[in-house]
Amino acid sequence: MIAGLQAYLLVGAVLFVCGVICMATKRNGIGVLMGVELVLNGANVNFIAFSKYTALGLDAQIFALFVIVLAAAEAAVALAIALNFYNNHLTIDVDKANRLKG
Amino acid sequence: MMLAAQSIAGFLEGLVGDTFSGWGIQHVLAAAIHAVLLVHAFALSPFLFIWLERKVSGRIQDRLGPTRVGGLFGWLQSLADGIKLVQKEDLCPPAADAMLFKSAPYFVCIASFAAFVVLPFSSGWVAVTADCGLFIILAVLSLEVFGIIMAGYSSGSKWSLFGGMREAAQMVSYEIPLAICALVPIVAAGSLNLGEIGGMQRGGIQNWFIFHDPFTFVAFFVYFVVATASCKRAPFDLAEAESELVGGFHTEYSGIRWSFFFMGEYASMFAVCGIAGILFLGGWNTGLGPIDELLYAARNNSVDSPIGSYLANVIGAFVFVLKGSAGVFVQIWLRWTLPRLRIDQVMTTCLKYLIPISCFLFLGATIWPLLLATATQRSSWTPEPLGARFAAEVQEAETTEAFERQALNDGEEIQ
Amino acid sequence: MNDSNLLGGQLLFAIFALATCLSAVAVVVSQTVVRMAFWLVISLGSTAALFFLADADFIGAAQLIIYVGGTLILLVFGVMLTASSPYLKIKSSPGETIIGGLLGLLFMFAVFSSLQGVEWPAPPTGDSAVTAGSPEGNTLRPLGLALLGARPDLDLHDGDTLSTGYLLPFEIVSVHLLVVLIGAAYLARAKRKSAAPAEGLES
Repeated sequence: MIAGLQAYLLVGAVLFVCGVICMATKRNGIGVLMGVELVLNGANVNFIAFSKYTALGLDAQIFALFVIVLAAAEAAVALAIALNFYNNHLTIDVDKANRLKG
Repeated sequence: MMLAAQSIAGFLEGLVGDTFSGWGIQHVLAAAIHAVLLVHAFALSPFLFIWLERKVSGRIQDRLGPTRVGGLFGWLQSLADGIKLVQKEDLCPPAADAMLFKSAPYFVCIASFAAFVVLPFSSGWVAVTADCGLFIILAVLSLEVFGIIMAGYSSGSKWSLFGGMREAAQMVSYEIPLAICALVPIVAAGSLNLGEIGGMQRGGIQNWFIFHDPFTFVAFFVYFVVATASCKRAPFDLAEAESELVGGFHTEYSGIRWSFFFMGEYASMFAVCGIAGILFLGGWNTGLGPIDELLYAARNNSVDSPIGSYLANVIGAFVFVLKGSAGVFVQIWLRWTLPRLRIDQVMTTCLKYLIPISCFLFLGATIWPLLLATATQRSSWTPEPLGARFAAEVQEAETTEAFERQALNDGEEIQ
Repeated sequence: MNDSNLLGGQLLFAIFALATCLSAVAVVVSQTVVRMAFWLVISLGSTAALFFLADADFIGAAQLIIYVGGTLILLVFGVMLTASSPYLKIKSSPGETIIGGLLGLLFMFAVFSSLQGVEWPAPPTGDSAVTAGSPEGNTLRPLGLALLGARPDLDLHDGDTLSTGYLLPFEIVSVHLLVVLIGAAYLARAKRKSAAPAEGLES
């Protein structure tokens, strides 16, 4: 059986690792945000796989739902910060964010 | 998720025989047949509505509209247009991001096509029966925006970019009242399954959810306004506003890619009007009590007279398409009658008026059954109280489970 | 998915899993941020399809409407608002890219090998908690009830009076969203202090 728990977990792992690399290597602030989304999504894939293939059941789906909602909230706040940063520095390059007092 | 094609699948199972049945080949075939049917529904609706748009606009402006291609009424005009557009050169401006520029129209098309997957045309005539069908359809329709924004951004032209920005701002705002207004009849129905919602409104026009309570009545009109805006139709078509932005997001497009945007637009117009038809206007029910009952009986009598059941479904689908097309007709009528709003007016309409109104309607719809029950001393006014209904479901599940366990134990004891 | 539907189910799983992974890699590789957003949409959309395949209809639809329809459009909006030139590219230095890639591969290897090493419990045969009452992914009603604190899908033992629902987390998330709404609006409010206005959208 191909489409089992293991396959879902592999997909989740790929998403997670891609997200981590994205967060680490991108210098564009919004690119870093996209990395975070990928990581959270990898976690969600795992939750859904556990919901289908283990006794975790409905709880896993509720966790996934909370992850999605909190990711949306996180994106909104982070985007507001990014906009603020851009207004102050006229760039979105996170390497330029090296001063505490902007 | 269930393929509603169980009948087709069953039919094919008989045809293919036992050789391949282990492979599930009949399910794949049934899915393919469904996909082909859906593609036709998706492709024919723009075909029809573009012709309708030209005819109606012509009449509104005291012209005849197309009269030459395909007889007196010019009903082949859309086909002629399509052939012309296919032949046109497929341009990609040098300033554009070619990959995004080329894939954006497909994105729009796919999003509005996917909406048809959960849209029931008649009782049981739906590709995928999903318990949260309405939620899925709203979710999928909201993806269309992304294609528009992509097109606007990747064109490398400021007019396109302005169009894309406007579309993003407009759609992100209008999705909220759209979803809340769609929830108002859901409160009355107690289900997100579009098939179930349609079935509940059987037996006369008084059972349509638009006449269920004052809140759903107002919600219908609010929904229609918001749906018009969410299809970026005039007077809300700021994304393409040709008098200020040349062509908005599709300024740089030509040929078949340009026409994909409009296929998507007309198809999603039908989709949102179809949702309005199912949620408020009785779906595939005719609204005449006796006829509805007759059709319902015929539809459920598929064992004795499959042809009668089939015909009843065809009539249902015809009624549904008629209701959806009437909605599209009103949208076309509005487009050629009303002047375009300004972008700030569009945003004000949504954020200051439509969202509070829809929130109020939603609140009212939840309180209404309680008020009515208190006022009339009846235990409940909803036809099938939600709590009781779910309790019954749970009890049913539990009893069957207990029964099965009992049977299992008995079997073990015997062995 | 019943057994006779296995072929179609596996084929679809393969297609969408491949789309998810490849576009996730494409997100990492692409240079312009809008292309990243494009690949991210495809990746998240395919993930939603995987959710549908795993009988989680509601989560799949929520993924589409919140993530793809909401969050990503917000992100693209942010890209447009912060673009100081069209198709802005902020490149990392090649050394960083190579180190990042190598570390990523190493990390991937570690995760994969630990995945292979775990002995997962056998999937529950017959009725798992989710599929007990509704075998075809219709988790809408149980989910809603669970968020309201009722769990008809669980067999509560007789003496078990503790609520196993999610009413409190649900309320906390609601308040959290309200706080975020206000906070984000406060943070992003227009207060251009810098001398040169942002001309990125014009040029």
